[in-house]
Amino acid sequence: MTLLTQPTNESVYGALMNVKDPEIDTVSILDLGMVENVTVEGNDVKVVLLPTFLGCPALEIIKKNTVEAVQELPDVSEVEVEFIFSPPWTSDRISEQGHAGLRKFGIAPPPRHFEEDGSWHVDCAYCGSTYVTMDNIFGPTACRSILYCKSCKNVFEAMKPVSTLM
Amino acid sequence: MTTHTEALKELLFQLADDDFLISYRGSEWLGLAPHIEEDVASSSITQDTMGHATMYYNLLEELGAGNADALAHLRPSAERRNSILAERVNGEGYYMETPIYDWAYAVVRNYFYTQAKRVKIDSLRESSYAPLAEGAVKVSMELHYHLMHWRTWFTQLLSSTDEAKERMNKAIQLVMEDFGDIFSYGQYKEAIESEGLIASEDELTKSWLAALTPVFASLGLEVPKIPAPTKNGRNGEHTEELDAAIATLSEVYRLDTEAVW
Repeated sequence: MTLLTQPTNESVYGALMNVKDPEIDTVSILDLGMVENVTVEGNDVKVVLLPTFLGCPALEIIKKNTVEAVQELPDVSEVEVEFIFSPPWTSDRISEQGHAGLRKFGIAPPPRHFEEDGSWHVDCAYCGSTYVTMDNIFGPTACRSILYCKSCKNVFEAMKPVSTLM
Repeated sequence: MTTHTEALKELLFQLADDDFLISYRGSEWLGLAPHIEEDVASSSITQDTMGHATMYYNLLEELGAGNADALAHLRPSAERRNSILAERVNGEGYYMETPIYDWAYAVVRNYFYTQAKRVKIDSLRESSYAPLAEGAVKVSMELHYHLMHWRTWFTQLLSSTDEAKERMNKAIQLVMEDFGDIFSYGQYKEAIESEGLIASEDELTKSWLAALTPVFASLGLEVPKIPAPTKNGRNGEHTEELDAAIATLSEVYRLDTEAVW
C-alpha cells in the first residue's frame, strides 16, 4: 500500500539517533558509526548496519530496537535491517559526538593512532591524566578494555581500537 | 568431480566447526581460569570466536546448506569437519563437578591454534569468494588481540619456573600429537586448493612455522614438527570426546528446536 506521504532519509536518520547502544546509553548507533546506509523506497525503509564485533550479543537487540524506532515514524510500512561486513566497522568510525558520549559514560574513546609496535595509549576517562596502566586488554564487553588511573585512582574502561591494519 | 560450491562448503564447514568446538572448550573454562582478569579475557576471546563460527555457519546457510543454528547443534560427529585439536577435552573431570583442567594445555592449544587461524585468515582476505574475504577482514581485527594474548602467556610461562617449563613442554607434546590435520583439507584438498578460496596446505604450514620460529628462538626452543594425522577430522574422523561435546552443547537446543531466543 502506498500512502500519500512518505518518510524521508532525514526522518529515518532522526529516528536512528534515538537507537542507543544497549550497554552504553549515552551513544547512539549513529554516533558509533554503525549505520552504513539508509534507503527509502515508497513507504518501505531499509537500514544497513555494521557489527562492531562479530560475537557481540547486543546485535540482535540493536536490530530489534532499530526496527521499532523506524516503525514509529509516520508513513512507514515495512522496515528491514541488515548487518553486513563490508566495509568493516572500525573504531575510527565513531564520531566526535560519540567520543563525548563515551566519556560521559566513563569510557575513554578509542585512540586514533597506534604506536609502531601496535600498542596504543588513552588518557583517563575521568580526570584526563595520562598516567594510566592497562589492566586488561579485554573487558566486560567485546569492544572494551579495562585500565587504571594512577592519578585519580579510578578503574576506567576504554573502547578498544580496531583497524583494518590489524 | 567436486563443484566449486561443494569445495566452498567443505572449507566453510572446516572453518566453522574449528571455531565452534574450540570456543565450546573455551566456554568450559568460564569461572575456572587462574585469576579473574584471565577469566574476563579468555571468556571475551571465546565469545568473539563463537561469533566467528556464527559468521561461517551463516555463510553456509546462505549457500543452502541448512539453518545456521541447526548446522551448529544437530550434526553428528561423523559430519563434523573440525580438527582433532579443537575437540579435545580441557583435562580430566567435568566442569560442573571437579574439573582438573590444565592451564598449560589451554595456553599451548590456544596459541598454536590462534596462530594457525591467523595464517588462514590472512590468506582468506584474498579469497576468491568475496563474502568470505569480507568476513576475514572483520575476524582479523579481533584475532589481533587474541594472538597477542596467547603469545604473552606462552612466552611468560616458558620463561618462568622449572615447573612451569616442564608443564608447558608436556603440553606442547600433547598439542602437537593432534596437530596433524590442522592444515589439512582432507579428501577435498585438490578441489579447495584449485579454486583460489584459500592458500594451499603447504603454504599455510610454512607461514605458521615462519611466524612461530622467532618466538621459539627467543625462548631457546625449536618449533616442533607437525606429525602426519592419525585421525583426520576434515574427513569426519573424530574421537569420543567430540560425541560427548556435541551431546552437551546441543542439549538445550534439542529440547525445543523451534524456540526463538
